Amino acid sequence: MTGPGPALDGPLHFDAVVIGAGTAGMTAAIRLAQSGARVCVVAKGVGSTHLAAGTIDVLGRIDGEERVTEPGAALERLIASRPDHPYALLGSGVVADSLSWFFETAAASSPRGYEYVGGLERNMLLPTAVGALRPSTLVPITMAAGEASALHRAAIVGTHALRDFHPSLCAANLREAGIEARPVFLELELERADMSALGIARRFDDPAWRALFCAQLSPALRSEDHVGLPAMLGLRDPHAALADLERRLGRRVFEIPTLPPSVPGMRLYEILRRALRSAGGRLVIGAEVVAAERHGERIAAVATRAAGRESHYAAPWFVLASGGLASGGIELDSSWRTSERVLGLPLRGVPDAGEPRFVPDFFAEQPLGRVGVAVDPQLRAEGAENVVVAGAALPGQAPWREGCGEGVALASGYRAAQVIVRESGAGAPAGARAT
Amino acid sequence: MSDLIDMIEHGSLRGSLDHCVKCTICETACPVSNATPLFPGPKYAGPQSERYRVAGEPSVDASVDYCSGCGICSQVCPQGVKIAEINARARDALKREHGVPLRDRIITRPTWLGRIGTPVAPIANLALNLRPARILAEKALGVHRDAPAPRFAGRRFSTWARARGRERRADRATAPGAGPPDHRGLPRRVVYFHGCGTEFYEPWEGEKVVEVLEHNGFQVTVPRQGCCGLPLQSSGLFDDARRTVLRLARSLSAPLRDDADAIIVGNATSCTLMLKREGREILGLEDDPDLRLVSRRTYDICELLLALHDRGELRTDFRPIREIVAYHAPCQQQGHGIGKPALDLLALIPGLEVREMNARCCGIAGTYGLKAEKHGISMAVGRDLFDQVLASGAPTVACDSETCRWQIAHGTGRRSVHPIDFLHRAYGLDDAGA
Ligand SMILES: Cc1cc2nc3c(=O)[nH]c(=O)nc-3n(C[C@H](O)[C@H](O)[C@H](O)COP(=O)(O)OP(=O)(O)OC[C@H]3O[C@@H](n4cnc5c(N)ncnc54)[C@H](O)[C@@H]3O)c2cc1C
Repeated sequence: MTGPGPALDGPLHFDAVVIGAGTAGMTAAIRLAQSGARVCVVAKGVGSTHLAAGTIDVLGRIDGEERVTEPGAALERLIASRPDHPYALLGSGVVADSLSWFFETAAASSPRGYEYVGGLERNMLLPTAVGALRPSTLVPITMAAGEASALHRAAIVGTHALRDFHPSLCAANLREAGIEARPVFLELELERADMSALGIARRFDDPAWRALFCAQLSPALRSEDHVGLPAMLGLRDPHAALADLERRLGRRVFEIPTLPPSVPGMRLYEILRRALRSAGGRLVIGAEVVAAERHGERIAAVATRAAGRESHYAAPWFVLASGGLASGGIELDSSWRTSERVLGLPLRGVPDAGEPRFVPDFFAEQPLGRVGVAVDPQLRAEGAENVVVAGAALPGQAPWREGCGEGVALASGYRAAQVIVRESGAGAPAGARAT
Repeated sequence: MSDLIDMIEHGSLRGSLDHCVKCTICETACPVSNATPLFPGPKYAGPQSERYRVAGEPSVDASVDYCSGCGICSQVCPQGVKIAEINARARDALKREHGVPLRDRIITRPTWLGRIGTPVAPIANLALNLRPARILAEKALGVHRDAPAPRFAGRRFSTWARARGRERRADRATAPGAGPPDHRGLPRRVVYFHGCGTEFYEPWEGEKVVEVLEHNGFQVTVPRQGCCGLPLQSSGLFDDARRTVLRLARSLSAPLRDDADAIIVGNATSCTLMLKREGREILGLEDDPDLRLVSRRTYDICELLLALHDRGELRTDFRPIREIVAYHAPCQQQGHGIGKPALDLLALIPGLEVREMNARCCGIAGTYGLKAEKHGISMAVGRDLFDQVLASGAPTVACDSETCRWQIAHGTGRRSVHPIDFLHRAYGLDDAGA
């Protein structure tokens, strides 16, 4: 793979190379770095964090049951009924450990006061942008006051410039669920007719803007004790923004996840990025893996596309956290062939030739919906013994249906690091260590 | 025939837009559209508008001129859409249709400016800092009166390099093969690409690069060289840019041909990116043999030094520097797809406390922020970075690109230097009185 050329073209050596910068890859990398390994994350782009809600959903639904209220207990039932589910490979203990680890790590790398709340005992039910109630296990503090059981009279606030958020629709659906919700429209002074939540979030970083916003909102409020806003309370210091709004409005305020781009998701990514840096890990974004050097059952190195030439990364261990169908880690082509795009690993959960891939209802159990990289109980890829798989690339899950995407990503990323640390001997992994 | 090649090449950039799933991640990252409504954002101007651009038909939108060409959109796209490249091509088409202002023809030629300004540096510097002269320049040419203007150093880096070369040859005659040899027992050879910023404005940065490389056993060659053509390219002057980058590729490739292990190293990160990729991809010069060779063998200075460190070949005889330094990775540096090697290098220096800035862009984007109609936008873009720098408490900002350094100094009043300055100091080379 190195070919002729300058001697410097040889690979960079690490103890572990992680492919993918979503929640799964970042979690694995941070943990490895924390345990003293030299780690590098290489990723084509950022992951689903920027698109999803920024919450950690462990388990929201099991087929044939009502909505999950106690995810810890429900996990055991899921594990018993679906032995092929990633949670069954991980075990509920790993899930619990990964959440405690996340609390600690997030606390150390978050903007001041911006903490996650919740736990495995109880899911929180929070309004989505269309006013449906969605179960989440850990949520950022800025969303906590939206918990449905404590929500009685709420004003749902929007602005015309944010065209992806419709307060009337959201409020109408909340009323269906028995919450007294009323839409409020504000004509905000924005220089554009069409803005994303992110554009507005940058404004909320500015206390002067917040004062202006509250001055406009206050007179429009009635007896509501809660104010729900699309998730746009700033990026730099969202907790201060929340406190500021609550003080000025004299009511509890909560964020409602929006359509992409997701401001809370970007905050989550930033927390993970900082944690990785402070643990000493490296991060290379804009580096798509385009080739791999294989020796029998082992991957020796991967090549990424960099400017002008390929960069090569060698390691005794690789974590494949390249996501599922949604992020291009797994692909279905026009001839109905399904493949793992990064290392060409065998898949599990592909319908037989001639069988349907899809059924009409989007949220139905899709025949191709649980496709993933074939792994052993240690999450090691079939046919590549030094590749540990994590996140949406794992087979057996249906994140959209089960509301388990982030939970699986976190717990399997956590576990992948554990497997590598264990397999490489006590303490820090072996390999080329810096001196 | 060349039409066909053009079609295929443009087709591969264009074809990438079908991968766009409208996830808006590029919009979250675009520094310009987040600062001004005049640019509607990379998704809108790129994959969306591109569908309406038909060869031979008028341009569909003027707003693409407000794209600064920083390239962040392409870097963060999870689907591999070449957004920035599509927009650069659209800008070129727009310029062909509407013509290029005289200003853009002048400020995009640093070599001319340098040659004119250097001999009369005191007068030129005075003029560049004189309010009435700047107001005149704004009125007559459209160069913003407050835009950060570098100072001519009054001497040229290449003059120093030639003298140094003579000295070294004399040294080698008496003490051959000084410095650690490479794996074949030969002294490693690097061709130094200094760029126009080092040549005319900051020759000391180049001197430091050479001294750090020599300290690590490299034999440094400095061929005659001109501009890489990036300023021309980013202002949409593609034909001139092609001529310029190919001329440079000729002179840099010559020394590579007779040494299969020789590499090119540069400290101007946007110019090394131009050599590595942008010239080939955006200007459609994939097939030029000189540029291909240069592209494959070019390293950014921090990339090279960290690669050496990773293989245990970098000298680490660093003295402590007890200081705080802020580090900003320029957009173009991020375009290399190699992470942030400067951060890892600075971390090797004992005592040095490195604060990573995470704002995306300083706003200058080469010559973008000099233009009267865009200076305000460029300062608004940089606001986030300026605030972070001021909050960091760092007296100095390390940054790999010269135009970004000038903008940062302008926006924060803090000193801004290339990361190599810190390595040079930590090696104790400052005291050597070179
Ligand atoms: C819009 C949206 C909403 C969602 N909402 C929910 C929800 O409400 N509840 C829920 O439970 N789940 C939800 N999910 C799913 C959940 O977010 C994902 O399952 C989870 O985040 C997957 O994380 P990951 O780290 O495995 O993969 P991802 O976050 O997808 O990351 C994949 C990474 O791999 C990289 N990559 C891919 N190919 C390559 C390559 N060749 N070389 C290098 N890098 C590569 C990508 O660039 C990226 O960095 C949602 C997802 C989306 C997109």
